[in-house]
Amino acid sequence: MLGYLAQRIAQAVVVIFAMSIIVFVGVFAIGNPIDVMIDPAATQQMREALIQRYGLDLPLWQQYFLFLQNVARGDLGTSMVYNVPVVSLIFSRLPATLDLVLVSVTIAAVVGIPAGIWAGYRPESKSAKLIMALSVLGFSVPTFWIGMLLIMGFAVHLGWLPSGGRGQVGTIFGIPTSLATGNGWSHVILPAVNLSLFKMGLMIRLARAGMVEAMRTDYVKFARAQGLPDSQIVGRHVLRNIMIPIITVFGLELGSTLAFAVVTESVFNWPGVGKLIIDSILQLDRPVMVAYLVMVVTLFVIINLVVDLIYARLDPRVRLKGRA
Amino acid sequence: MAAALDTAQASRGQKLREFWQDYRRSTVAVIALAVIVALLALSFGAAFVTPQDPYDMAKLDWMDAFLRPGTVGSGGYAHVLGTDNAGRDMLSAILYGLRTSFVIGVASGGLALVAGITVGLIAAYSGGRLEALLMRIVDIQLSMPAILLALVMVAMMGQGIGQIILALVVAQYAYFARTTHGAATVERGKDYIEAARSTPLPTRRILFRHLLPNVLPPLIVVATVQVAGAIALEATLSFLGVGLPLTQPSLGTLISNGFKYIHTDRYWLSIFPGLALMITVVAINLVGDQVRTVLDPRNRR
Repeated sequence: MLGYLAQRIAQAVVVIFAMSIIVFVGVFAIGNPIDVMIDPAATQQMREALIQRYGLDLPLWQQYFLFLQNVARGDLGTSMVYNVPVVSLIFSRLPATLDLVLVSVTIAAVVGIPAGIWAGYRPESKSAKLIMALSVLGFSVPTFWIGMLLIMGFAVHLGWLPSGGRGQVGTIFGIPTSLATGNGWSHVILPAVNLSLFKMGLMIRLARAGMVEAMRTDYVKFARAQGLPDSQIVGRHVLRNIMIPIITVFGLELGSTLAFAVVTESVFNWPGVGKLIIDSILQLDRPVMVAYLVMVVTLFVIINLVVDLIYARLDPRVRLKGRA
Repeated sequence: MAAALDTAQASRGQKLREFWQDYRRSTVAVIALAVIVALLALSFGAAFVTPQDPYDMAKLDWMDAFLRPGTVGSGGYAHVLGTDNAGRDMLSAILYGLRTSFVIGVASGGLALVAGITVGLIAAYSGGRLEALLMRIVDIQLSMPAILLALVMVAMMGQGIGQIILALVVAQYAYFARTTHGAATVERGKDYIEAARSTPLPTRRILFRHLLPNVLPPLIVVATVQVAGAIALEATLSFLGVGLPLTQPSLGTLISNGFKYIHTDRYWLSIFPGLALMITVVAINLVGDQVRTVLDPRNRR
């Protein structure tokens, strides 16, 4: 187990380093950021001062090592647009994204899992077929367009909910959040629903597949023969068995929700990290791009590492295969 | 020899007929296929069917801006789906945009297919360290959402059709590589590959002439899904402003343009291109679903 652990952690570190080099070098390749951020009327001296300040006159590999040194000190550079350290910029935007992710994941689970269980319990019923058709739509219709329809319907046409922004922000445990105020909730509902649809489709399919499988097993037949009501069989016995894969996928999906938040945040003008990365790409704010991408990739690698390790802990076959 | 070839061809025709017999069991899938064929014909024949070339600036008239659907403009014909802020006929713009979306979807899907097959076959056939390395990279890529990889690529390469196609290939080849590798690993243990290996045939020939045809069916299914995915992803990137430039007609840029007027009652600017996108993506996915069902050996009678 220890050898497997060391091997996987070493792999994760290699992946993060490789990605940081790819991103750093790749992002360097697009244009000269100075041209974008400086007033065309600026003098040559001002230009050079700026270039020197950002270390853009150094060879690329030196810039990368400077970047690594700074990262080791917890400094991911300074935003060229906002002129504040990237780390504090990202952390100031993170709570907004967390609000959105939290609410949308909750919606996906609370609606998706029961719907999927029902669809698997009565797979031939009309309602089950409707649920499955809707889950296909949730999968294949692009998120941004559904978001636009939500705005058109609920914000512009009906005028029930605001169309964008974060609303009033309160604090819970010292973290600024929209979930502390009623006004904030009214702002979070539409984007959260939008972000939840894809995951909801996934939850429905997983729950349904698990349910269909479970209903054929001997323990369910036995429980039925005992005369237990179906509600108890499903609630007490089946649920416990089908929740394991659902929870696993759920954990993995938390990370990808962060990536998908990019789209929803742009549609609803939500001031989170997703909006930040799109803005930074459009404004060629290199330090923000590099920091965001490296941070998200690191997050993904860590999530996957943890999942792999848990699997290895549970299933000895994985460990043995890793050694071979 | 010639006779053998004839029977081979005959059996191929036979197989296609059988495939079609199975395929048309689902009415929905047949309709979806018809929709795709119709959309392909309309969008690639756009120059002949549309009343206007929406990207010829000389033909646009400011007086025609924001006409409601059905209004007759200065050109003397009805704008069935209305016009946009530049006086562009929306129906024409959508058909031209659809063409861009199809080209990007098929080009990136096709290139991703070729790249994925190559990586998957090399990994499966070589084995050992190279296999471990290649499939490890594929696994890592698969663990990340396609949109994240596409954003990395776009951040690195900037905007434009070529860049978007490359970004989509990088984001999607891994699905093909995984599928190819999985199928090829099963196939390589079989006797016919063993037999081919004992002959002096070059490895390349064994890979592409003997192994590949047998791993193709699952790849066709992945390919349809990936083309739909690529079209949706391109639209998303263009909508976010990091895909195609606004001067390039694609469904994503049209919707993005319409999004600016979302707070007015000019719904037709964003609703119609969005519907076109949705119908296209859903139709391709429905066809893919049916192809999967037909090719699935478990569903064989």
